[in-house]
Amino acid sequence: MFEFINTLLIGITSGSIYSLMAIAIVLVWRSTRVVNFAAGGVALASTFVGATILESTGSFWIALPIGMLAGAALSSFIEYFFLRPLLKRSGEKTQEIFLPIIATLGILGVIKAVLHFIYGDKIGVISPPLSDKGFIVSGESIALSPLRLMILGVVLALMITLTLIFQRTNLGLSLRAASFAPEISRLSGIRVDAIRTLGWAISGAAGATAGILQTTNGAGSVTPEAFEFSLLLVFGFVAAVIGGIESLVGAVIGGVTLGIILAIILMYVGGSLVFFAAFIILILVLLLRPNGIIGVKGGRRA
Amino acid sequence: MLRIKNLVVDHGAIRALHGVSISIEKGQLAAVIGANGAGKTTLLRTLSGLNKATDGSAAWGEINILHSKPESLVRYGISHVSEGKSVIPELTVSENLELGALWRRNRKESEKSKKDVVDLFPRLGERLSQRADSLSGGERQMLAIGRSMMAKPQLLLLDEPSLGLAPLVVEQIFQSIRDLTTALGLTVVLVEQNAMGALKIADIGIVLNLGSIAATGSAAALRDDPAVRAAYLGF
Repeated sequence: MFEFINTLLIGITSGSIYSLMAIAIVLVWRSTRVVNFAAGGVALASTFVGATILESTGSFWIALPIGMLAGAALSSFIEYFFLRPLLKRSGEKTQEIFLPIIATLGILGVIKAVLHFIYGDKIGVISPPLSDKGFIVSGESIALSPLRLMILGVVLALMITLTLIFQRTNLGLSLRAASFAPEISRLSGIRVDAIRTLGWAISGAAGATAGILQTTNGAGSVTPEAFEFSLLLVFGFVAAVIGGIESLVGAVIGGVTLGIILAIILMYVGGSLVFFAAFIILILVLLLRPNGIIGVKGGRRA
Repeated sequence: MLRIKNLVVDHGAIRALHGVSISIEKGQLAAVIGANGAGKTTLLRTLSGLNKATDGSAAWGEINILHSKPESLVRYGISHVSEGKSVIPELTVSENLELGALWRRNRKESEKSKKDVVDLFPRLGERLSQRADSLSGGERQMLAIGRSMMAKPQLLLLDEPSLGLAPLVVEQIFQSIRDLTTALGLTVVLVEQNAMGALKIADIGIVLNLGSIAATGSAAALRDDPAVRAAYLGF
């Protein structure tokens, strides 16, 4: 029982990070209908920026927001200079539908190459700002540490902020309207192009947070070729799809669900099966609930 | 006033409008009628900036409205209610309305406009917090018109507001359009399949056929024109 609760705690923490990555993917999908593989590259680059800032200032709480800003800037840069001109030219033909997907894959490769060029074999270090030693409950150390608590707190704070922005502000109304019905939004006077760039920016900031938290929760350092980030991207995608790809709430539910299941598999079955298991879960969800666990057929949710 | 001269619009290789010229005075309600594929919707979409014109000109007062984006034209008082109950189903009634006034960046004015719309369509007032997809067809059309009124337009472009509505509801919507035009001094371009209903409330009528103007004149004269009656009014 004790072991199981620990497994749950580990799963919820890593799942909350997958949720952020899933949110990064969902935001771009909703605003521009692009499957954004570049999100993994944005997360990686922002983590390097965060590591650099951390090295010079020594403060995690300066490194995190600057990393988020870097993610937002890079992500909106990609949208503005690559995807926007590309999408203006693309249409409904099969090869044209694949165009943006291949483009984001290409951008992911370019980001990794540039990072390699800048950092070479140097690693980016995001050492945990708080102790990762578990709290002691009735003489035993549990899987909840000050670090994990902080990660959960950051993710929760971000989600509450995003929810408030989306549900309570005019900006949020524009973001939702532009993603549901771009033409009606334009006719209502919304500058949809600018709103889309903003959607990419928020996505970049969410991805950056995921990258930095993932690093500090895991190895504590990152390389331009980090396998951890490929996993983060894949798990983010799986979480987004489980959650119905359209929904921010779904992304969170998908991420946490995936985190818990993977932690259980890691604990009771074996680490080599985790990657494989993520795809089994994805396939099962697509077979049983093609619209995701909270997706509604023909309907979209905020 | 709205001045359209020799407007030519192409959809790829197909020419949708072959040099259409129309003048509509300020405060007039103009009905554009014609069969499917006559170019009615294309005309409206070009005026609101959704479609590109190949040739010709269109001016609303001093403003050249071709080659502008729809989101900019809204700021010049041109509002387009596109075909098929153009509301956003995922948003609430209230959010749909607020959306129309967001660009004005004035919450007070927006609240006031919302009150005006609710006075005009009281049924929307009872459903402000419901999602728009819970509305009936007629209510959705009211919401679509209401949303465009939130922008305080001077030129209103309406695409088939009667589409798919019960006859009684159509009558009600048409009456609201007529009342709005008169009360606010709007200029309205009303595209309609329901030629009789549109010509009843309109000041002038324009008949489009295969992308060209087939007839034009006062709405009353068109209603009595034997050729128009036979071709478009069905008696």
